[in-house]
Amino acid sequence: MAEIRLEGLAHSYDGGKTFALNPISMTFEDGKAYALLGPSGCGKTTLLNIISGLLKPSHGKVFIDGKDVTNVITDDRNIAQVFQFPVLYDTMTVRKNLEFPLKNRKLGKEAIAARVEEIAGLLGLEDDLDRKPAKLRSDLQQIVSLGRGLVREDVSAILFDEPLTVIDQNFKWTLRNRLKRLHLATGVTVVYVTHDQTEALTFADEVLVMNKGSLVQDGTAESLFLEPQHEFVGYFIGSPGMNFLDVEAKSSILTHNGMEIGKAAKEGLNGSYRFGVRPEFLIPSAKSGLEFKVDRIEDRGVFKLVHLSKDDFKFIAKTEESYEAQVGGKANFSFDSERAFVYDTNQKAVSTVSPSSEGGN
Amino acid sequence: MTTTIATSAAGKKTSRFRIDLRSWLFWLIMAVWALPVAWLVSMSLRDNADILSSFEVIPSKISLNSYAQFFEDPSWIGSYMNSITYTLLNTVLSLLVALPAAYAFSRYTFSGDKHLFFWLLTNRMAPAAVFLLPFFQLYQAANLFDTPLGVALAHMLFNVPLAVWILEGFMSGVPKQLDEIAEVDGYRFGRFFLTIFIPMIRSGIGVTAFFLFMFSWVELLIARTITATQAKPIAAQMTRTISASGLDWSLLSAAGVMTIIPGVIVIWFVRNYIAKGFALGRV
Amino acid sequence: MDAKKKNNKAWFLVLPVVFVVAFTAIIPLMAVANYSLQDIQGADNRLFVGLDFFKRVATDPNVQDAFARNVTLSMQILLIQIPLGIFLARLMPKSGWKASAALVVVAIPLIIPWNVVGTTWRIFTRNDIGLGGVLVNKFTDYNLSESTFDAWATILVMDTWHWTPLVTLLVYAGLRSIPQAYYQAAAIDGASALAVFRFVELPKLKRVLMIALLLRFMDSFMMYTEPFVVTGGGPGSSTQTLSILLTTIAIGQFDIGVAGAFSLMYFLFIQIFSFLFFTVLTLDERPGATRVTPKEKVKSREKVEKPVNSKLKKVLK
Repeated sequence: MAEIRLEGLAHSYDGGKTFALNPISMTFEDGKAYALLGPSGCGKTTLLNIISGLLKPSHGKVFIDGKDVTNVITDDRNIAQVFQFPVLYDTMTVRKNLEFPLKNRKLGKEAIAARVEEIAGLLGLEDDLDRKPAKLRSDLQQIVSLGRGLVREDVSAILFDEPLTVIDQNFKWTLRNRLKRLHLATGVTVVYVTHDQTEALTFADEVLVMNKGSLVQDGTAESLFLEPQHEFVGYFIGSPGMNFLDVEAKSSILTHNGMEIGKAAKEGLNGSYRFGVRPEFLIPSAKSGLEFKVDRIEDRGVFKLVHLSKDDFKFIAKTEESYEAQVGGKANFSFDSERAFVYDTNQKAVSTVSPSSEGGN
Repeated sequence: MTTTIATSAAGKKTSRFRIDLRSWLFWLIMAVWALPVAWLVSMSLRDNADILSSFEVIPSKISLNSYAQFFEDPSWIGSYMNSITYTLLNTVLSLLVALPAAYAFSRYTFSGDKHLFFWLLTNRMAPAAVFLLPFFQLYQAANLFDTPLGVALAHMLFNVPLAVWILEGFMSGVPKQLDEIAEVDGYRFGRFFLTIFIPMIRSGIGVTAFFLFMFSWVELLIARTITATQAKPIAAQMTRTISASGLDWSLLSAAGVMTIIPGVIVIWFVRNYIAKGFALGRV
Repeated sequence: MDAKKKNNKAWFLVLPVVFVVAFTAIIPLMAVANYSLQDIQGADNRLFVGLDFFKRVATDPNVQDAFARNVTLSMQILLIQIPLGIFLARLMPKSGWKASAALVVVAIPLIIPWNVVGTTWRIFTRNDIGLGGVLVNKFTDYNLSESTFDAWATILVMDTWHWTPLVTLLVYAGLRSIPQAYYQAAAIDGASALAVFRFVELPKLKRVLMIALLLRFMDSFMMYTEPFVVTGGGPGSSTQTLSILLTTIAIGQFDIGVAGAFSLMYFLFIQIFSFLFFTVLTLDERPGATRVTPKEKVKSREKVEKPVNSKLKKVLK
């Protein structure tokens, strides 16, 4: 149980030419579950390996419970980590594999046996305890691997590096729920790396979205959805992702090819920006807002995806199931003034946007 | 990254120091390992009289006389060229016959393929001494006695199985879809094999060529048995000198150094592939 | 793995190899068998003697002694070179130019002609002009042409110098192919350096070590050139290997009947022993001798297919 604090942490594999991880300062609070979400190659695993001590950061410091552990080796940080693919000791049985981390820490025989039984029960491995891992299916092997990460009780934190990648869909959810329950029961700090937003949003108290080596936003699932502070969050989270449009700002009035889109809440914006609104917040309206051509309507059962186009750009709107419109015809859409944003050239949100006043609401 | 991880795996806090210690220990051992060859080089740079008259760890009088003699005397430089000739000949011939065979083993099953493959490999286990007598007679009967081609052929005894084995490993790493796509696109087999497949496995061919060159280059017993004067290998020239009285240690050392050079050159070119060849476990 | 196509036309591709090996192996071996079964006094004077020569070889004390000597030598070689090879491989630099340099340096003894290895050591160990001989003589009497022990030890040290690099390179390649994740997991699990070697590296090196053992056994059992150059088999016959003895019988004494029988028995012994060795060592691996973990699978697929596909598009256009 511990708090993990990162201070100006960054890492370069090639001596400073390029950075796999750009400077990050943040705190993982004790007992919370965090998800690191981002596409492959965004630096998630690098960050994880730095926290566990497998990798020494080229810049910055790591603190566990206020103690600087940047130069402390993995063994002494007392952190458990589960990898993406099964990593098992071939010559040991499943039981021996699970016992191994405990034996290395010189636990008593009975305590080890009891703990192994418990974890095996939790993961459904009871029947396979005395088999060699090579004889198991690969998803079971990954579960054994998971078990080895969970078997230690006294850890400061457990780090999961996309642990469910090789598990099949059905069992994935069962396992994810068990992990969640285990987290709630033990109150250990958990960092869970994934590129699957559903997994991240449903597992964690707080989600850290990463892209190209940088932490772009952290917050609850809700805040990431409602207030994407970075274009990448808008694009990566949500399905489908955010609609974007290049706009020109003049005294905070946003126009695209001379057509007025809306007005930024923040005063005095001038120059090139990007306007973004999630499909959920493009709202059908009778006459106000912008007039689009309806290209296509996808009926997804509980909602509809309306593909819209206007001049040189396309938007998607996510509407109620009851929405009706003529394909090929015209339709008006406005947007929620709290939920539309304008992003600067660094892709950071600078303001919310309200629809143009001339159309009215 | 590698070092960092290895260190933490090794597990103690004085990691930097440990790494350096390991590295130092390795190069120290290599220095000891290099002593016999270093001594050979040192001997080759001194005149024979000098060698016999005084024992010096660091030579005080450097002389290239032995090398000059090596290059001027046709029996030395000639036999050196003989060795290079049959070694190259062997490498090319072995590759030529092994490439199609390795392809067959990696792509098809056919009657008796497993037996044939195993039987080929058993030839790698044949003691050269077993073949001395029959080779002596066979190569004389076939008019191949004392020719570079004869030695090249004889060395194919162990080199062809080796080449088939290594190449098969590399070829199996190339997905079969490649062949199928080419077939669909209307490539005839010969053209596909030469213009697409061979370039695809060129690193494998490089590794194979290295081992073929090496094993032919280092062999003495067979090469000596089926040659007399015309195709005499450098190795035989050296052993024949040994049996003469009054050895010229300096010349012998110079010849020894000369035989090490081609190998070092070849090894430098393929250094990045060697580990790969070994990793396939096929040497 | 997708199944290979059955196609007997593949024999045409194998044919050149069959011809070559027929010429270099089958015909000579038939000749050897021929010698071993007949007593050839002259072109028209042959006497079928059955297994007489085989019996003579099997009961010849010289052969028995050489056999025992060779077995002892091979065992000692394996006991020294395998652990030493592993030790060196673990010390080798793992990346950068140092790794390349180390590879080249380690590999050098392997590319020296075998007789030159002998010559090098013959010079190096001489009492008068050799660095090694002179140094050892400072501490203890060393004379390899008189002392059986000195001669034997020299052969052993020389062979270790010559062939440990092979074991080292094999193990090094094996170590390089262990995915980093195994070391990382061991670090997380708090494994000691010894435990990492015992439970991570050794199991993964099994296949490579098996090949190293097999190669070293075969080659040491066929050793001829190096001891021949350094000691000539002496003093007496104390370093006479089976190959040296066979060569003496075949070329020196031209006793081709005995040599033929000897050859066949020698050849068969190595093959049978290697086969048994291989079978015993791979006993617990069957079926499915090499298991590929998903990570390795994914990796190798990426490695192979990407270049193939892009290349294909280019090439097939």
